[in-house]
Order: sequence, then structure tokens, then C-alpha cells
Amino acid sequence: MSAAEQDGAYGPVPRKEDARFVRGRGTFVDDIQLPGMLYGAVLRSPLPHARIVAVDTTAAEAHPKVEAVITGQALAELGLAWMPTISQDTQAVLATDKVRFQGQEVAFVVAQDRYSARDALELIHVEYEPLPVVVDAERALDAGAPVIRDDLPGKTGNHIFDWEAGDRAATDAVFAAADVVVSQDMLYPRSHPAPLETCGVVADSDPVSGKLTVWSTSQAPHAHRTIYALVAGLPEHKIRVISPDIGGGFGNKAPIYPGYVCAIVGSMKTGRPVKWVEDRSENLMSTAFARDYHMHGEIAATSDGRVLGLRARVLADHGAFNATAQPTKYPAGFFHIFTGSYDLRAAHCAVTAVYTNKAPGGVAYSCSFRITEAVYLVERMMDILARELGMDPADLRMKNLLRPEQFPYTTPSGWEYDSGDYPRALALAMDMAGYGELRREQAAKRERGEHMGIGISFFTEGVGAGPRAHMDILGLGMADGASLRIHPTGTAVLGVSCQTQGQGHETTFAQIVANELGLSPDDVEVVHGDTDRTPFGLGTYGSRSTPVSGAAAAVVARKVRERARFVAAAMLEAAPDDLEWADGKWRVRGDPDQAKGIPEIAMAAHSSLELPAGIEGHLDAEVVYNPPNLTFPFGAYICVTDVDAGTGQVTVRRFIAVDDCGVQINPMIVEGQVHGGLADGVGMALMQVIAFDANGNCLGGSFMDYLLPTSVECPSWELGQTVTPSPHHPIGAKGIGESATVGSPPAIVNSVMDALAPFGVLHADMPLTPANVWSAIQGRRLRTDLAVT
Amino acid sequence: MQITVTVNGTAFTHEVEPRLLLIHFLRDQLGLTGSHWGCDTSNCGACVVWLDELPVKSCTVLAAMADGRRVLTVEGMEQRGRLDPVQEGFARCHGLQCGFCTPGMMLTARWLLDHNPDPSPEQIREALSGQVCRCTGYENIVRSVRWAAEHQGSDGHGGHRSASGGAG
Repeated sequence: MSAAEQDGAYGPVPRKEDARFVRGRGTFVDDIQLPGMLYGAVLRSPLPHARIVAVDTTAAEAHPKVEAVITGQALAELGLAWMPTISQDTQAVLATDKVRFQGQEVAFVVAQDRYSARDALELIHVEYEPLPVVVDAERALDAGAPVIRDDLPGKTGNHIFDWEAGDRAATDAVFAAADVVVSQDMLYPRSHPAPLETCGVVADSDPVSGKLTVWSTSQAPHAHRTIYALVAGLPEHKIRVISPDIGGGFGNKAPIYPGYVCAIVGSMKTGRPVKWVEDRSENLMSTAFARDYHMHGEIAATSDGRVLGLRARVLADHGAFNATAQPTKYPAGFFHIFTGSYDLRAAHCAVTAVYTNKAPGGVAYSCSFRITEAVYLVERMMDILARELGMDPADLRMKNLLRPEQFPYTTPSGWEYDSGDYPRALALAMDMAGYGELRREQAAKRERGEHMGIGISFFTEGVGAGPRAHMDILGLGMADGASLRIHPTGTAVLGVSCQTQGQGHETTFAQIVANELGLSPDDVEVVHGDTDRTPFGLGTYGSRSTPVSGAAAAVVARKVRERARFVAAAMLEAAPDDLEWADGKWRVRGDPDQAKGIPEIAMAAHSSLELPAGIEGHLDAEVVYNPPNLTFPFGAYICVTDVDAGTGQVTVRRFIAVDDCGVQINPMIVEGQVHGGLADGVGMALMQVIAFDANGNCLGGSFMDYLLPTSVECPSWELGQTVTPSPHHPIGAKGIGESATVGSPPAIVNSVMDALAPFGVLHADMPLTPANVWSAIQGRRLRTDLAVT
Repeated sequence: MQITVTVNGTAFTHEVEPRLLLIHFLRDQLGLTGSHWGCDTSNCGACVVWLDELPVKSCTVLAAMADGRRVLTVEGMEQRGRLDPVQEGFARCHGLQCGFCTPGMMLTARWLLDHNPDPSPEQIREALSGQVCRCTGYENIVRSVRWAAEHQGSDGHGGHRSASGGAG
């Protein structure tokens, strides 16, 4: 039976989650109150690079409401001053030798209330010896640059790794023979996911039972539990990690942060629960940032616009600790998907990563493991090539898009795209936009001296990490479990390892199970975010929930259905092979009125009904789903902007987004996921940046400086869709959570550059703030990652 | 110092530090955790509650400033077992995802509808422009508020109200 035939429970049903949220009755980490709970606060370094000469906590410890003060030295005695990162580096929990970025964790206070904990931070005296600073990635490898990671044996510079993908020789040959080659330097600046809820934890260590319960803002509770066990030597069965309601994640909540470790140590030390919730500046200055890719792109083509090859060279700024989060085998994430949606002959990319005196992180913010940077590069290069050739960028794309008959398609850098009909998506977007009319309007406006831009991007994502053979995080393969309990009365409880941060899993996963079993979604409860109540799996990030855990939900439901077949056969006194599943019931072939649905079968399965040998009763099942490949959603986006050349102000007038994420379980939620990602695109393209001054001060440390899009910067989104099922996913679905964040920034930047074409502006880096756009019009390119002087 | 604040129609008298923020008074002392804290700088609006007749950002209001005044929080929006049309609109129109900004958004939307029962999408966007949502891209929030405008109860349910929450 195909996915399209069994869509009984799919559709835009309202979310189960909303009943509690609209009443203010969600339970976020900071909502948790436990008897005797204490509060933690982190002392952070004001300097980006300095040797720690002395830490004096005497006065803080004398504060009447302080219960404990933890320093790096104290953690060192426990072997916990450093922790491993996901990228096989180490990161200081609390600094012992040096501080390496502004905002780094230096000490932790545990006090009786929030305010006293903060007060006590001011009583800690740290003597620093300032060191030279490097925050410009392009200076990090200079001879004489300060060595940031002198803690690493033999480290004499700031180089982390070199990595490459594709075929260098073949690419060189294609470039050498090409009619046209264009190149461009471009920066995808450091950004921050900035979920509205900051990161936090409540750690409760029970000295009697030995049980440690950790409520935390975690996108990956099972992985966190294992890491706590491995790092701290705690028995894993005595650790319970709970992710309650999470106020947005976007990748920011994938890592384990020093504050979590400190709260756990604080609870062990005091024997009481300890809550730590960071403030907004701590969130922006110290937790997982995103991007910071300094890229050089080159594209080779024939003179009539056939793209032949693509080259990319990247300088990747990883901050002071290499803590990027991606499958182990791929230190640059999935950047090497950078050939995008085009049929070209050869490609090669090379990435060099460096340390700087900036916060660690790098893979976050709905980036699909750096496909965001890759799509930006190729989509900017396509527009630059179109400009060079004098071609319309839509025509250039249409000419080079992969054709439907080429799928499954293996890219020059080794990815196998599962399914797609790209020209159909672009044609739909152009039709929705009224592309031809927009170009005519633009021409008329140009004659009047008005600056309107039309920008296109076409993206292919790869989401749903991933096949165990290729993908692991810290040695943990990226397969997900699912468990399904069927009660005697026929209601169900699905346990999944991933964790919703707003994606609506409690609704969509119930729809998946309901659809497979002929139940109502109301009869399926989804349990998630609690390691004691759900099977193991790697968590929610990289748009992997529906591709992996959603697949597991479908597969476990089918397993239940197969078990139910034998019980139904006994009930109907028929052979199991004589039954077929149709319209939500097991039916006797040729006599479909002889049928049993899951609720009756469930009661029989728990009853004394005699069952065939080997069938023990009950319907419960558990599975592990190991995805055979990623899923490859795609989309065509068109953005219309108006630019005030006098002020540099950009207005996004229209945004047309056509997405294809395969079969949609709940189109209302799919639409919401796209809307949110488009707003992220507006933020990244026009507003958001974490920049630094020459002294290493973070210039994006609050929402007064790190500007997020509001309702007035965002237009009313115009959405369209095509549906190309994934051939290998059990229900034909693909991930959608990050598509719009990946695809929208280049459409906006392409639009602004199109508006600025009369000024001869070919490229300016994000964010395209008024000052940046105005400078570009004056012929001056700004370094948006450094302080504007 | 001692303060008395009427929250959702009930008077609470508490001993507080003069520096205590209203958001922490509501959340930590009264256990009303529906209002959220998001930024400290009045930029995000996750903490919006009504102080008397006006939405305020309770992360930058001292609890002491609410002494003798009335506060309405999200917990006071539902009356006699009926959701405010704004609450219903958010649920029906997918106006929320993670739910963190939602209480503040809904309280500002309620204020808007009390003053402009039939706002245009542009007026809704303007009214909510001091608040941040990281999930929805705002489109469905605008639709939610429009839904509420179109479904104000003829019995006065969801109509003009004061911060007393009706029952006080």
C-alpha cells in the first residue's frame, strides 16, 4: 500500500501541545521548582584571552546565602575541569590555566536564591594577565599569532584541520577548459540561534539512591545521558535526563554546556537540587554559535550558460574550542553537498579550520550540518555567473537544474539524492511570483531611479542523519528507537527518543501511528524527552526527527499491526495469510465485512483467547530504525526587495517559497516550520551578526545589539508546495525543519544584489544592514564580522 | 518590604526585596510560570503581562512598582472554563510552536483587540512589533489575532476587560 493511499490520519489537525501552552501551563526548565532547590550562577571572563593568575573565592564563600563555590581547580581535582567536545577536542568546563574567549566560564556559585548567587559572583576576585588576542580568522594562522590552545600537547599554532571532498584533478581540468570562470569571496558571518528560552538545567543528585536526575534544555537527552556517564564515570542506569518543554532549540541546545556540568557537581556537593539558567548575554556570548565560514567560490561554465564545475575554499572559524556538532566523519559537516541542485561535471571543496578567541560552536541554527553555508555559496555563485553571462538568473538555473529522470542522483562529491522534480518547483515559484511581470516592474522602476530586486535561490538539503555505517556522534550511531505500547482497550503510547522544541511531535507522531493502525490521533499519546521512559536515539537536530524517529514510529506501528494479524486471525478463525489490512482493519480476503480493528484485537490479545503457538499475547513492540540514506528535501524561493539607496534600508516586500518535503503528515505544521525558517532568513540576511572588536569584545551580547526580526520586518509569506515522496522512507516523508533557514538567505541577498546592480555592486556580505548596503553603494565593502570603524 | 498585588483577581501580600523584578515575583513567589523570561532588556516580550490596563515587560518592572495595582497574566485569560478567543485563535491557527513567546503575544493581542476590535494585519504587526517569536515567522500569529477578532463572543466573552481578570 502506498503512502498516498493510507493518509487517513494525516492532515492539518490542531496540535495536542497547544492546550497547555495557550493556558501558560507548559513546563519549561525554569518552571521546575523542587523542595530545597538551590540556584547556580556562572562567573565569566571579561577578557577574551588571559592567563589566570589567581582566583580568590573567600568573600563569596562567606556570603550567608552561598552554599558552594566551585572553581576550575576544584573541578580539576575531580577530573572534570575539561570535557570532550563532539568534535574530538576538549573544552574547559571552568578555566584553570587561561581564559580563551570573552564570556568563558571561570567559577560557579551555588546559593539559596537567584539573586544571591548573582551577588556572590561579584565577590569572587580573579587576577588575570591579559594576552594578545586573535578574533579575525584570516589572521589566526599568521606567524606570531597568539597560540590559543597551548593546553594541547605540542600545539604551536591555531590550525585545527584541513579537509577536502570531491575530485580536485577533475575539477581543475573542467576549469581549465571552461569558457567562463567567475569567483567571489564571501563570508557567512557568525550568527546565533538565540532560542527565546535560554539554556538551563535542574540537577538533582540523590545521595541515597545514587540516582542523578537532570532536567535540561537538551535536544538530545539520550546522547547527553551517555556522555554524562562516559565523562563523569557515572553509571548510566542511574542517570535520568529529562527534556521538558523546550522553548526553541535550533541547534543551540544540542551540546552539553559547562553550566550543566557545574550544576550537577553543585548538586552532588550540596546534596540538594541545583538550578542554573543562563541569562541572554550568557546565551549569546558563550553557547553554540553558527556559521563563521569565510568562503571563496569559483564556478566554471560554457559561454551559453551550462555550468561545468564548482570549487570552494573555506576558512572556518571554530572559536576557542572545536565544539562543532556533526557526524564524526565529517569535520565540515555536510558542506560538501555544495554542488546544490545542479547537474555539473566536477567539484572540489577544501576546508581549513582555525581557533580564534571566540566562543565555541559552529554547527547550529537550523543549518543541516552546514548545508546552509553550502547552499549560500552555490546560490550566490549562480547569480554572479548569471551577471557575468548577462543571463536571467532564473533561466540559468532552469538550464542547469537536475532533471527528474536523473534521480536517484549521485553528486560529484558523493551524495545520493533520493528523489526530486526541481524544474517543476522552480516553475511553480516563478508562476506564483509572476516572475515576468516582476521583471517588467523592475525595469520600469529602474528608469525612475527606484531600486527593486528579485532574488532566486534553489536548494537541496540532506537531512535525517543518518545511516549508522557512515554517521555517528562521539561513537554513537545515528539510528533511533521507538516503542509502542497498545493498551487492552486499544489506546496507544508511543515512546520516541527525539525531543520536540516546538515542532509538534506529540501531534505528528501520533498521526503516523494512528494512520498505520486505523486509530484516531487522539488515542495515541507520544512520550518523548525522558530517558527513563523512551528507547535510545540521538535526538532532534538536523531535521532528523521525521526522517529517522518518524520512520521508527511508522515501522514500530507496522510491527504491531503484523502482531495484530495473528490475533485477528485467531479471532476470525482464519489463517493469517488470508487476512489483508484495509481501511484500518484486518479483513478476511474476499469477505471484507469479516474484520477486526486494533481496539478489539488489543483486548483479545490481552484476554484468554487461544493464540497460535509462538504468539504470546499483547501487541507491544519496539524497533530500531537505521536509515538507509538521508532524505533530500528541496525548494525554490523568490524574494522581492525594495532598497532605499539614500539610506541603505532594505524592505522585503514579498517572499515566495515552494517547498517539497515529500509526503506531509500535517501540512499545517509543515507550513509553520517553513514560516519560521523564512523569518530566520530575514534575520541572517539583513540583521543578525555576532561581530567582535579588535580587542575581542563580543558586539552581539544582547538583543539590543543582536537584532532579531520582528513582525514588521517580515512580509506575509507566500507558500507553495510540490510533493515528491522519498522512495526509501517508510511513509515517503522528508525533513522540513530547516529547509527555509537553509534556502532563504541567498534568495534575500540575491534580491538585494539584484537591486544594487545599477550601482555595479556584485556582492556584499550579510547582514545587509543599512550601513552595509549604503557602503556597498559607495563602492566600499565592509567586513561585517569585525567592528565597523 | 511588603507589597500587595492583585494578580488575576486575587490579592497577594508578600515580603519582597526592593530589587525583585515583577517577572520573578510572579514566577518564583506566586508560582505563575506562564509568563516567561527571555532577555532582560525589554526586547523580546516573553514576559509581557498587564499592569492595570497596560501590557508591560515584567522583566524591567520592579515587583514593588506593582504594589497596590492589578496584574493580568496568561493564567487569568481563561474565564469560567472558557478560553479567551485570542487563546483559541492561537491554537486554531497554529500561532505557536515552542510556546515560549505565546503568553506575552496573547496578552498584547488581547489589549489590541480591546482597543481596536477589527485590526488590519498591518495594525496587528505593529502592535506586536515589540515582541519576538523565533518559531512562527509571525504569519500565523497575525492570522490567530485576526481569528480572535472575527470570533469575539456576542455575550461579551473576550471583550473589553481590565487587569483584574474579571473576578476581582
